[in-house]
Amino acid sequence: MTLGRISLVVCVVLLALAPLTLSPFRLGLLAKYLCFAIVAVGIALAWGQGGMLTLGQGVFFGLGGYAMAMYLKLKEAGSAGLPDFMVWSGVEELPALWKPFGNPVFALAAVVLIPGVVAFLLGLLVFRQRVRGAYFAILSQALAAAFVILLIGQQGLTGGTNGMTNFSQFFGLDLTDPNGQRAVYAITALVLGATFLVAKLLVRSRFGRLLVAVRDGEDRVRFLGYDPAVVKTITFTISAVMAGLAGALFVPVVGIISPALLGIVPSLELLVGVAVGGRFVLAGAIAGAIAVNYAKTLFSEDFAEGWLYLQGGLFVLVLVFAPKGLAGVVESARDRLASRRQTGPAPVEVTA
Amino acid sequence: MTALLEVRGLRVVFDGFAAIDGLDFTVEEGELRFLIGPNGAGKTTLIDVVTGLTKPVAGSVRFGGQELVGKREHRIVRLGVGRTFQTATVFEELTVVENLDLADSFRLPLRSLLRRRRGVSDAVASALEAADLTALADKPAGVLSHGQRQWLEIGMLLVQRPKLLLLDEPVAGMSRAERERTGELLHRIASTHTVVVVEHDMEFLRKYARKVTVLHQGHVLREGSVAEVQEDPRVREVYLGRAKGKAVT
Repeated sequence: MTLGRISLVVCVVLLALAPLTLSPFRLGLLAKYLCFAIVAVGIALAWGQGGMLTLGQGVFFGLGGYAMAMYLKLKEAGSAGLPDFMVWSGVEELPALWKPFGNPVFALAAVVLIPGVVAFLLGLLVFRQRVRGAYFAILSQALAAAFVILLIGQQGLTGGTNGMTNFSQFFGLDLTDPNGQRAVYAITALVLGATFLVAKLLVRSRFGRLLVAVRDGEDRVRFLGYDPAVVKTITFTISAVMAGLAGALFVPVVGIISPALLGIVPSLELLVGVAVGGRFVLAGAIAGAIAVNYAKTLFSEDFAEGWLYLQGGLFVLVLVFAPKGLAGVVESARDRLASRRQTGPAPVEVTA
Repeated sequence: MTALLEVRGLRVVFDGFAAIDGLDFTVEEGELRFLIGPNGAGKTTLIDVVTGLTKPVAGSVRFGGQELVGKREHRIVRLGVGRTFQTATVFEELTVVENLDLADSFRLPLRSLLRRRRGVSDAVASALEAADLTALADKPAGVLSHGQRQWLEIGMLLVQRPKLLLLDEPVAGMSRAERERTGELLHRIASTHTVVVVEHDMEFLRKYARKVTVLHQGHVLREGSVAEVQEDPRVREVYLGRAKGKAVT
């Protein structure tokens, strides 16, 4: 476990040094990757630990993001004004749905509660009916598609295809100023740390063991007196809340929220990072999300067309040759090293 | 002695075929009951109905006065009915002690489940000992042999302290030595629990059974002591006529 501890310390130090060494532009990109890493922790919980292949995390990311964007837009517009996109769409009065989002406490609560409640109700409905495996994956993906259509159709409420942009303030921080950007980065890094900690505690708890048991033998768990639907619903809800938090942070970090960021393809991209890093290990999922998104930036800068193919190829390669991802590769290398050290020159004892 | 389990007028149909047809079956508190019968007699189906896995089309299953038909599986477990499966299913990624701890924790409120396990409870420790798995406590259950898995599963059942244990072919596929150990384990369990065992193995039956119920084509053919059942010509015919070489002798 010492290797894990050391890498954790190294990562924390690197993240702490980043604002001092990176340009504001690069720091902003890193903050964006950290947002995806927060989603990745949730996916690793639901998929890696719980076996729920959720292809629709974009929905919860979006719910959190839009809740935050609505508050920021209202703040920007002042007490009398309307958000800019509403004026362009010919909306004359603030829609009733928007009114409570003027309150920062309500908006912050909504960031967590809306994705949470939606996931909870959905989970209860779906898992009690014993929908699982590929059927659950397809259902979650369809949900992402439907959500995007809903957002685009409600131009006056959501800004349609363009979504919402032009944010200059975030709870008193100036988003155009490098110091404001550094502060937003710091908040994102702290939320990622907290998310990781919560997930880690959950995985190590009895509930975490139960979750693995549900993943590997849902029907058997029933005969131990537990209701697997409850276990899965709770986990799915936690993973949705994490995605919602990430979406809310994405808005001040990147400065935009739009349907193009939440549909089927972005939801799948979130998953690719987790698969590459290793879905069974939380730190692996985080590293994978950051690495894949960094690679995306790197390649998109030079040859944008090639990235999609590269990403697809990477996904297939990982699934075929390293189904446990990079974390799995590291683990097996460590095990091999340890066993070599243990046996040493003495003859290997054969046990049946 | 009072009836712990009362099955009345049970009928189970699979695709038009009546796997159980008009079955009455009673188990008294403290009994060790063996359930035998040729393949397709409805032994496992009966256990499936009692534990909520299969829904009957007619009949009632009363456990300590409560109706079990229509209740979901985990609710029935919480009422005190535990079972094992023909192919032992344990959680291979979890360690032996974690498997037992999970079985032990099912009555804990969610709040306590969210905490980490500290040490080993007395119930888990004694189950480890009963199943002879103390030395393997921290090994993943995936490395266990077939026999050890069965014992682990029985251990998981024991820590749950059920009022009624239903064991589905606990010695199938076991070596002679393993069968003997299982028999001893069964004897110990039966001294403090009500147990129903489905078993094909006649040698095992003769050695450990007290009262036997013979099922045939979904209903009870005969009930009695091992000697009584063995001497019944109808039982002999069912076994000899349907499966040559599996004679009850």
